[in-house]
Amino acid sequence: MRVSDARRRVALAGGAVFAAAAFWPAPAEAHLVTTGLGPIYDGISHVLMSPDDLVPILAMAFLAGLNGPAAGRRTLFALTVAWFAGGVAGFYSSQSLVPGAAAAMSFLVLGGLTAADWRLSPGIVTALAVVVGMLHGWLNGAGIAESQRELLGLVGIASVVFVLVALASAFVVSLRAAWTRIAVRVAGSWIAAIGLLMLGWNLRGGV
Amino acid sequence: MTGVRGVKTVREWMVLALMFVLVARLEAHVQSGQAAGLFTGLKHPISGLDHVLAMIAVGLWGAQLGSPALWMLPVAFPMMMAFGGFMGLVGLPLPGVEIGIAMSAIMLGAAVARESRPSIGIAVLLVAFFAIFHGHAHGTELPKGQSGLTYSIGFVMATGCLHGLGIVIGLIHKWPAGKTALRAAGAIVAMAGVAFFWRAVT
Repeated sequence: MRVSDARRRVALAGGAVFAAAAFWPAPAEAHLVTTGLGPIYDGISHVLMSPDDLVPILAMAFLAGLNGPAAGRRTLFALTVAWFAGGVAGFYSSQSLVPGAAAAMSFLVLGGLTAADWRLSPGIVTALAVVVGMLHGWLNGAGIAESQRELLGLVGIASVVFVLVALASAFVVSLRAAWTRIAVRVAGSWIAAIGLLMLGWNLRGGV
Repeated sequence: MTGVRGVKTVREWMVLALMFVLVARLEAHVQSGQAAGLFTGLKHPISGLDHVLAMIAVGLWGAQLGSPALWMLPVAFPMMMAFGGFMGLVGLPLPGVEIGIAMSAIMLGAAVARESRPSIGIAVLLVAFFAIFHGHAHGTELPKGQSGLTYSIGFVMATGCLHGLGIVIGLIHKWPAGKTALRAAGAIVAMAGVAFFWRAVT
């Protein structure tokens, strides 16, 4: 067996195992993950395991990336700071004043704008990032307070927001081929569709 | 190549060990029904032949029509399908859902079989119209105790992947024999649609 073949097989086996691992822990995805490694890691894990926060972050990054480097740079800081600020405010208010349907709306709006690929000024994208960040940050902060966890978890959450937006928006900005931008728009349409269904679940209640 | 095999085995075991450690950590909290919702959502669109054939036909037709329909149809479909699901969730009735689904297979299959080339607006409208029926029928069938969010994610992803499958199959359109095969596939979808229609009305 050649070494390159062996490496390929190792990579394939590793990839398959990681794919299995990625699906396997899904039963546990939930708010306020307990890793046992401290509040910062709990915050990091929370975002990575909670699609209701993870997807809007990615959607915001896609939208910013489609609107160019300036929008991407502004979103990187605006979303992170707003998320953290909203989180602190939510933590001290200790109440999830924001209705659950509001989170669904962020899916719908960000996904819809990404799918439509409307050209937005960096200012509008930044304003959207602030609103989305404040909204989800508030929900996170209030959740942390309600479950009597430490505020430090927000540092982990904000760190993941920063890293994810940096990676995803830079990736989208770098896309040149037409089909790659279309793939991002298709992802946006999926996110909007999920948001619409979420809104329905929220209005129906009980799920 | 014992050395290489050894490296491979050690890496695999390390990854496996990491996986089990992660699972043990991450299961230590209270919410439930998340994975079940995702898997139910992923399975649901592929559990009904009517939905599968219609979704693949959307991809095939997009591939025949080429850009921009190639991507506009798969963008329009999930959003309008979700709108149908939303209608079902908030209790808005939609008459003749099963007939609408059967008609979608007939019309989309016929469009592929005839290699119809309407304007992009008409094609998107047709697909969007039928998407509402599929969403209304399938978008709301969440078993108790499962997560609506992850169900929706799985449902939309599986539907999108079926479109993708149709587009990939539709790439054979580049070859003359492939064109014929695609048209035959469209005819099969349309005939299956007739069977679905018969089942819906009897």
